[in-house]
Order: sequence, then C-alpha cells, then structure tokens
Amino acid sequence: MSISIKGITKRFGSFTALDDVSIEVPPGELLALLGPSGSGKTTLLRIISGLEVADSGSIFYQDEEVTKAAVRERNVGFVFQHYALFRHMTVFDNIAFGLKVRGRPKGEIRDRVHQLLRLIQLEGMEKSLPQQLSGGQRQRVALARALAAEPKVLLLDEPFGALDAKVRAELRQWLRRLHDEIHVTSVFVTHDQEEAFEVADRVVIMNKGRVEQMGTPGEIFESPATPFVMDFLGNVNVFHGHVRAGRARLGSLELAYPEYTDEESRAAMAFVRSHELEILRTKNGRPSLEARVTHVNVARSVVKVHVYSDAFGIALTVDVGWDRFAELRLSPGDVVHVSPRQMRVFVQEQREES
Amino acid sequence: MANPRRAHDEPPAVRLALILTAVTIMGLLVVVPLAYVFIEAFADGPATYWANLAGDPDTLHSIKLTLMVAPVAVISNLIFGLAAAWAIARFRFPGRALLTSLIDMPFTVSPVVVGLFLLLLFGRQGFLGPWLQEHNIRIVFAWPGLVLATCFVTFPVIARELIPLMEELGADEEIAAVSLGARARHLFTLVTLPNIKWGLLYGLILCNARAMGEFGAVFVVSGHIAGQTDTMPLRVEKLFQEYNMPGAYAVSSVLAMLALVTLFAKTALEWRTRQELAAAARERAGENP
Repeated sequence: MSISIKGITKRFGSFTALDDVSIEVPPGELLALLGPSGSGKTTLLRIISGLEVADSGSIFYQDEEVTKAAVRERNVGFVFQHYALFRHMTVFDNIAFGLKVRGRPKGEIRDRVHQLLRLIQLEGMEKSLPQQLSGGQRQRVALARALAAEPKVLLLDEPFGALDAKVRAELRQWLRRLHDEIHVTSVFVTHDQEEAFEVADRVVIMNKGRVEQMGTPGEIFESPATPFVMDFLGNVNVFHGHVRAGRARLGSLELAYPEYTDEESRAAMAFVRSHELEILRTKNGRPSLEARVTHVNVARSVVKVHVYSDAFGIALTVDVGWDRFAELRLSPGDVVHVSPRQMRVFVQEQREES
Repeated sequence: MANPRRAHDEPPAVRLALILTAVTIMGLLVVVPLAYVFIEAFADGPATYWANLAGDPDTLHSIKLTLMVAPVAVISNLIFGLAAAWAIARFRFPGRALLTSLIDMPFTVSPVVVGLFLLLLFGRQGFLGPWLQEHNIRIVFAWPGLVLATCFVTFPVIARELIPLMEELGADEEIAAVSLGARARHLFTLVTLPNIKWGLLYGLILCNARAMGEFGAVFVVSGHIAGQTDTMPLRVEKLFQEYNMPGAYAVSSVLAMLALVTLFAKTALEWRTRQELAAAARERAGENP
C-alpha cells in the first residue's frame, strides 16, 4: 500500500506547521521523517494517520483518498513515543485491543496475538502488565498492538526516543529486520539522524514545515542539497565568503567555483566536513589556512583536533585518523596549515531590495 | 546508645504538645459528640430507639425522602462530573479557566444563599414561577426543589476528584485506542473508566455523604411540610425544636452511622489505591533493580 502526500498545509494560529508538503512513499518502503523539533514532522505523521486534520492538501493510501476519513476508518498502526500502552490491561489484552474493538472472533484473536508475541520475542509474557516490562519490551508490545489488525500503513512517532542509548540501538536494528520480514509501508519520525540513516530506506529531511531534501541515506550524505541539510547533518565547518566569476573566495582560501560565472559578487557559504579537512605541518601548495591548535580530543575512534584561525577569526574541527595523529604529534599551541580536500559552496539568495 | 536526633525533629516537649492538642480537639469536637449521639439515642434501650424511628411516620418518611433525593443528586452529579472533568482535562476551549473556577462556586457560596437563589428562580413570586404554575409544575416546596438544592451544593465533589486524576493520566491511552479503531463506547468502557474507577468511586461516596447531610440550601426550599418535604437533617432539627430529644437523637444516629460507613469506605478505597501503587512500584523495582 503506497502513501501519497499531496500539497499538505497546516497552520496553528499564525504558525505554519506544514507548508505545501508533498511526499510519495512507495509500497513496502520504510521512510524516515527527520528534522529538528518544530520542523513539522510529527504534525505530518499525525495528518497521515488522521489524528490531525490538514488545512489543505490530500492524502491517498494507494488509490483511495483518505483525507477526510476518521482515524478509525483508515486502519493505521500508530506507535507512540511514550508507548501509550493501556496500563490496566495485560500484554495479551493490549495486543488484542484493535481486534477486539473490531469484533473479531475469540479464537482468531488468540492465534493472532500469539503469532505477534513470537514476532516481538515476548512469548510467555502475555499475562504481564505494562508496568512489569522494561522500556524496550513496552515499545515492542506497542508495536505488536499497532500491527495486530494488519494495518495498511505503520506510523511511528519517535519510537525509540524514550529509551536509553543501548536499547535504542538494539531496537532499531530489530525494527529494520522486522520490516524486512513484514514489509508494511512504514513512516517513522525522528530527530536522530543516525537512527534515520541506519533504519530507513529513504529519508525526508524537514525544516520549518517544508521538505529540504528527500533521498536514500547515501544520496543525502554524499550530496546535501541545502545549507540547512549540511548543517543539520553536523560535524561540519562553515566558512563565509563571496563568489565571483567562477571563483569562490573564503578568507585566504580561494578555489574554483564554475557554477557561478557572473561578474557581480554574491555572498556564499562553504561547508567542509571535519573529515574532509587535512592538517599539514608545512604548506604543500594547495589552498590552506594557517591556524593554531587549541584542543585535542582523543576519546573517540578518530582524534578531534580543534584549531583557531586568528587571521580569519574562525574555529574549526578536524578529524584526524590515529595513524596520521601519531605522525603529526600535535599539541595545543602548535601552528599548522589546514587544507580542505572537498568543499560544498552554496551561493546565498540575493536579498530583496529594502 | 540513643539515636541521634535528626535535624528536622522537634524537641520532645513540642511534639507531645502538638499531638495532645490535635488529639484533644479531635476528641472534643468529633469523638465525644458522636459518642453522645449514640448514647442518648440508645438511652432507653433498643426498643424505644426503634419506636422513635419506625414508629413515627414523619420520621420514616424523612428517611425515605433522603434515600430518594441523595441517589438522584449523586447520579446527576456523576453525569455532570464526568462531562465537566472530560471537557476540562481533555479539551482546550475559550472559557475553560472560567468553567474550572465556576465548578468550585458551590463550595464557596453559603448553602442558604443557594436556597434563596432557587426560591427567587422557581418560587411562586420568582422569575419562572408564573410559567411553572401555568404548567402545574412544582419545584419549590416539593421534592424537585430538594434535588436541585442538593445537586447544586454537591456538584463540585465528583468533578474535583476527576479533573486532577484525568489530567495526570493524560490522553495518550485514549488517542492510542482511537488509532486502534475504538468507538466512543469502547474508549470509555475499556480505557478511560478502568483508569479512573477508584477516583470515581471515591467521588461518588463523598458526594453521597454530602448529599445526605445537606441542610442549609434544602432548609430554604423545602417548606418544612412534615411527611412530605422534610429530609433527615431537617427532621432532626424539627424534632429538636419540638423538644423530642430521643427522636432527634435517633435520627441523628442514623445520619452518624451513614457518615461512619462513608468514612470506612473512603479509607478502604484509599488503602486499595495505595496497595495498587505500591504493588506497581515493587514490580518496577523487581524488573529493573
């Protein structure tokens, strides 16, 4: 069952939560909506489910328009961040709820619940109450409950947000495997890019109620479409400068920028990921920036070297491999040359005349 | 070795004085009068006691009337309390804050004023009086007036109990139930009611206790027609005015017994809720040590 989101707009008072958002989710895909808080991702998920109503635009499940349909009629599975399990019901009754309210026969309900208990690896726990379970177990029960009535689509709102880091990592791998098994079209909301990139087939990056970029994790990581995406992905250094006649000037760095050939100078931002910067003891002819080492953080799989360029007034973070770090023998106060292996330049929109 | 005194412990003399003051006041104001009611009621033996209650048709009628008015008031307030609590805890609407404070009004207004207000509205010279007379509907000086007065005075009780409870529970489970295809009746009977049942029962018991004991508002609208509009508290007052002390004490003792039953039920309910909470806490501790 595919999901088509067409031109969805939603306002809360004067705040525009979603601004003309269109997304296609092909059948069986696991899609992540990724963005900072306030980007509209949860509102969009709630509109897909029917828990929230859009001001304009439409939602289709396959060829059926569900824009005006109530949640009850849509047959979606919804998993909440804080589980929202029925606290007075056993695990069995929680999972059976969606079947029970649809009036399915008792025998069928029992078989389906036991099948789901096997799927979530909680066989033998059906008589427990939610409060007797750990966070990870509760979220698995919530997932089984959402899947019980064989929903057309599965929607998950920050499903691992309330769990500690270790359980979160386990559960998201488990969700990926589960999805490969059951293949229900799924959309999940997260603000954690690692989670989105690890679990999802495709990622939609949202900002201020708009889609910034859509693509596979690889596509987005390799070629971020906008400054926002670049910045949101993190681990990135930002330079401010100008472009003019096919060249970009960023302080003492100058490089070719053939995309902009105009003679008129325009403001530009350049992004360089920490691992795309190189530290040199001596200049090697490539564009570089003189900087002073301020701090060295060795408590990771790569060494994070923080440097400061006095001439340029900018602090940079450089990832250095352990082998290279041993060669360079850097310590705070050293003067080095920092050279970008790769840069992404974004020419800023011309400001309107004021 | 003596236990070292903790910082927040008062000196023993202060502690003793505080405990004695509390116990003395409770004893003088509550226990002694309550015991005295029973002693006086049974002063001439159980046979006289029974005669004072069952032998007097007006007294018997007052007991029946109270047992009719109180449940009607409790059921009305059950409906109102649930509706008000649901509206305030679940929806955001203009006037919500005003409604929240208005619910408390019957607790802050003197019941006598409430009675006068009903008289002004429904009485013969009242605002709706002529229309009611035209349609031959009696409210004041009849049982509908008693029910209205009792409802008004007790209506915050259940809502007050449910609003904080429902706000604390949150709407998460209800939203989840809707997403799973639940209709309104499933939502209420399978999800909301089991979560609020103890609080609701507690509210019902308190509401019933207040309804049976209500005097001020009922006094104004009843008209004191013996055998017709006297509830138990009004009957006590009338017997007392007629110097029928054994009768007054007998009816009082029935009211006092109702109060004791309420107190017992309330304590049992509180104990029950605490047990459930403690069990939940123990299970959590066992699961994640």
